[in-house]
Amino acid sequence: MAIKFNEQSFKVNVNDNLDKDFMRGAVAAAQNRLHGGRLTAVEELGNWDEWRNHGEEIRQHVLDNLDYYLYELSENVEKAGGHVFFAETAEEANDYIQQVVKSKNATRVLKSKSMVTEEISLNEALEKIGCTVLETDLGEYILQLDDHDKPSHIVAPSVHKNRHQIKDVFVKKLNYPADGSSDAADLARFVRTILRDDYMKAEIGITGCNFAVADSGSICLVTNEGNAGLVSTIPETQIVVMGMERIVPTLKEMEVLVNMLTRSAVGQKLTSYVNVITGPKRPTDVDGPEAFHLVILDNGRSDILAGEFKSVLQCIRCAACVNVCPVYRHIGGHSYNSIYSGPIGAVLTPLLAGYDDFKELPYASSLCGACTDACPVKIPLHELLLKHRQIIVEQEGRAPLSEGLMMKGFSVGASNSKLFNIGTKVAATVMKPLSKDQMISKGIGPLKDWTDIRDFPIVEREKLRDWFDKRQKKGANSND
Amino acid sequence: MIRNREKFLSKITTALERPFLPGMKPEKKWQHHPEEQRLSKMSIDELLPAFIEQCSKIHTDVVTVDKANLTLALHNLVVKYGGESVALWQDERLTALGISKLCEDTWPTNNIQVHIWDPTLDRTTNFERTNASNIGIAFAEYALAESGTVVLQSAAGQGKAIGLLPNAFIAIVNKSTLKPRITQAVAEIHQIVEAGELLPASIDFVSGPSNSADIEMDLVVGVHGPIYVTYIVVTDE
Repeated sequence: MAIKFNEQSFKVNVNDNLDKDFMRGAVAAAQNRLHGGRLTAVEELGNWDEWRNHGEEIRQHVLDNLDYYLYELSENVEKAGGHVFFAETAEEANDYIQQVVKSKNATRVLKSKSMVTEEISLNEALEKIGCTVLETDLGEYILQLDDHDKPSHIVAPSVHKNRHQIKDVFVKKLNYPADGSSDAADLARFVRTILRDDYMKAEIGITGCNFAVADSGSICLVTNEGNAGLVSTIPETQIVVMGMERIVPTLKEMEVLVNMLTRSAVGQKLTSYVNVITGPKRPTDVDGPEAFHLVILDNGRSDILAGEFKSVLQCIRCAACVNVCPVYRHIGGHSYNSIYSGPIGAVLTPLLAGYDDFKELPYASSLCGACTDACPVKIPLHELLLKHRQIIVEQEGRAPLSEGLMMKGFSVGASNSKLFNIGTKVAATVMKPLSKDQMISKGIGPLKDWTDIRDFPIVEREKLRDWFDKRQKKGANSND
Repeated sequence: MIRNREKFLSKITTALERPFLPGMKPEKKWQHHPEEQRLSKMSIDELLPAFIEQCSKIHTDVVTVDKANLTLALHNLVVKYGGESVALWQDERLTALGISKLCEDTWPTNNIQVHIWDPTLDRTTNFERTNASNIGIAFAEYALAESGTVVLQSAAGQGKAIGLLPNAFIAIVNKSTLKPRITQAVAEIHQIVEAGELLPASIDFVSGPSNSADIEMDLVVGVHGPIYVTYIVVTDE
């Protein structure tokens, strides 16, 4: 799967998803649960702002010294007996990984969840050379079984499917009994049994990397299911793919960020498994990989580092911003047409994959700033969305059509005092039939594109100019 | 082997608009250190109930026992989990706790198969035996109160697979190694790096059984790894 899911426009994708009632309910429920968990986990610390400040200073320091730390990391991975490949592009990364797999004459590949391998379409590259690639994260496994359905949430990829749909997939693809239970525990236990055989036979294990540790040459994997542990224990060859910014100076900073990641992502103090892996197995060890390869990927990140979106590279992929976003709640993950959804997706996707296909994403935001407040490493997400819009309008001259129309209308109306007066008076009346609780959820005309993805406040009956005049007359003590 | 490093890093150096000085370690000037204050004032006796309470929240049982009663407690636990077969580390610390008698006498007498991780055998044989075992037993370096965690390190006799493949997992840990949180354990592990030594190939921070909420956000305990987990804390060690 590449970054982009399909060739449809943003508008068509949004419309497709607005009709999916279960998906929208499931997304809202997942948001509530993950967000609630995060709040509890964060409040318990008592000084979350202090943690966020520390998280931010660690990430900024790493980005400011990224060349040093990547150099140090590669030296230490080599010292531990591992191989390091620096890949500037997705093609370079895939070519190298294909070579490693071919050199082992291997065909059975097991993966634990990794966004960066999705970003470079690694599965397809490996299938091309005859490999069977199996995703082991339960959510990813379900999506893969269901003819490569798309992930709708960075942390909970199959959140848009209900248990009955999942059972149907198992019946169709895994001979799960048609009259069997659709209880989540039974379905998961069934997968445990089926996958065990695949684990035992796997030749290559591929993982992402939550954090690499420069001074020890380690990589750190954070999971609840234990799949990353198995993927890095049983196969004889392990390949780790990391985005080049996912690095910390020492284990001490790793520990801080792992804590912030697990609390922010799922409200846990730590996930069930935090695996710190340093190179291949030692000569006297029995398990763990015989060969260890670390692929460090740029794929556009150095351009981001040089520009005004640098701070997005602070991201630790917790999805806290996704879980508070009212737009994501409304349109669901698939509407973003990207493996990276929600506010972080709306900032990152156009940077990695260009404005041509993703110029609408920065507009999929109400700019309420909830994402920025939720971010554990203080990325100013809503400001970056504004920056995108600025570039799209000023440099690219191509704001989405409806916004262009609305702005054009505004400039005509606002520059003529009579028109402005009439317009603002009429607006409240025109909008009344569309509004509910002082907000418009279903707009028409140019407003429809706006309200498909976010609510629009209704125009107050009392105009600002009238209110101001009245206030002046009442005098300065008025609290009106 | 390291490939393509120079060209790759030069792009980053250009982006950062300054020269690259690989010999100059960047100075870390942290203004904040929230992790160091967290729970750090608690004594071990205060930490133990906190550890047990946190474990109860993550579907993990804790048994506290002194050294003299450890083998009895361990045997009872193995029976509770249905016996059948155990896979355990070849580890002097377990031997010192008197486990040998269980392996050589008690368990065989009770028809419980024993598979001790064997570095003289190949990986496939060790995996097959472990995968066929009902219960895995290992010894943890540290216990962490805040998160209900045990820390496992790989070595010749200490196969990672023992903590992952069997249905149930039992970790034995000395009370003296109980730390407030991951911060203190990592600070000690970091000293290995500072001394210029290589870390164990694998350090696993394990907090309870494997689990997933990927199906309708409904928590399922026991996914790829163990379904049941108990920690045995040896109170006089």
